[in-house]
Amino acid sequence: MLELALGIILGGCAIGAGLAMIAGIGPGIGEGNAVAKACEAIGRQPESKGDVTSTMITGCIIAETTGLYGLVIAILLIFVAPRQFVNILMETIGK
Amino acid sequence: MNTKSRRFLAVDILLLVGAILPLVACMVLKVLFTPASEGITITGALVYFTIPTPVQPLPITEAQVNSWAVMLTILCLCLYLTHGIAVRPGTKRQLAAEWVVEKCKNMVHNNMGDYFAGFAPFIAAIMTLSGLSSLLSLLGLFPPTSDMNVVAGWAILVFSLITYYKFKAGPIKYLKSFAEPVPFLAPMNIISEAATPVSMAFRHYGNILSGSIISVLIAAALGGLSNLVLGWLPGILGEFPFLRIGIPAVLSLYFDIFSGCLQAFIFATLTMMYVSGGFPQEDYEKRKARREARKREKLLAKTAQAEKA
Repeated sequence: MLELALGIILGGCAIGAGLAMIAGIGPGIGEGNAVAKACEAIGRQPESKGDVTSTMITGCIIAETTGLYGLVIAILLIFVAPRQFVNILMETIGK
Repeated sequence: MNTKSRRFLAVDILLLVGAILPLVACMVLKVLFTPASEGITITGALVYFTIPTPVQPLPITEAQVNSWAVMLTILCLCLYLTHGIAVRPGTKRQLAAEWVVEKCKNMVHNNMGDYFAGFAPFIAAIMTLSGLSSLLSLLGLFPPTSDMNVVAGWAILVFSLITYYKFKAGPIKYLKSFAEPVPFLAPMNIISEAATPVSMAFRHYGNILSGSIISVLIAAALGGLSNLVLGWLPGILGEFPFLRIGIPAVLSLYFDIFSGCLQAFIFATLTMMYVSGGFPQEDYEKRKARREARKREKLLAKTAQAEKA
């Protein structure tokens, strides 16, 4: 039984980490759009390259945030969560 | 002249040694404290020792030690660059220092405006600290920026600065700013206010940590691959991971150097943006003018009273 419980915990953590990384899709599309528009703008007005680039980078950073939330959750689920959950399980069994 | 130049040289050498020595000491500490293990493992910061305090034991980790070493290095580098500074630039290092200061002042001025011109040293400090901390991974050390606690501390510092400058227009205006555009949205505004430091910390730490994790995973994969491909070689040649030489360095170019410097730049940019963006310039000027007018009235009344008496 214990092996089954451990397997479910580890498997659940791995699946959760994988699902959390779906959050990477949104920022990818969003940043792609932003860069495409910036390229268009630079093509239209090459002299405004500096301003457009810095604004685009700022926008990209902010768009990236949601993806990074997902990444942090995935990292926590893989490296931190299993130990915590196993500890909880062991404490429950110990009772 | 000779003794003076000799002393000058001695101080130079001392400062350079002071810049390099903390990093070497960190490497020695790391080598001494790393537990022997087979293969590649991904762990957090090593705990060097713990200080018992009444509330709870305070662990001194690799991240703290390394960030203090980086601070010492930056201090010694700054002293070295400004050593022997003169009105007429005589040395190359003074030109370099002036270039850095000028660039930083220009950046702050362009991004934050006149009122925040005094922010240049702070922005430069946070940028260098973040950049050099991330670059520590090139030396094989644990980069402090891949520890959540370090970056969260910086983010809290920046958040308190943002709040301080928002308070400049008076506490009532500050509280009112949460009830915009409609009072009904106040909880949303509070959440987005609290999300600022969280997102800053997560962004910096997530980027650096994910880079180092990917580097470690690729190094492990290359080790396995070379074991598979070159395992038939006799003796120690078969055990040595040849594919691990050089190839991870290409990735390190992106993950350690480019990503680290970019995150430092981003952190500084966001600091400038949030601090100057949250500052209510018009309201502050109105309040200042009102206060000065009141003070002047009081002064006038006082002088009038004195004249009467």
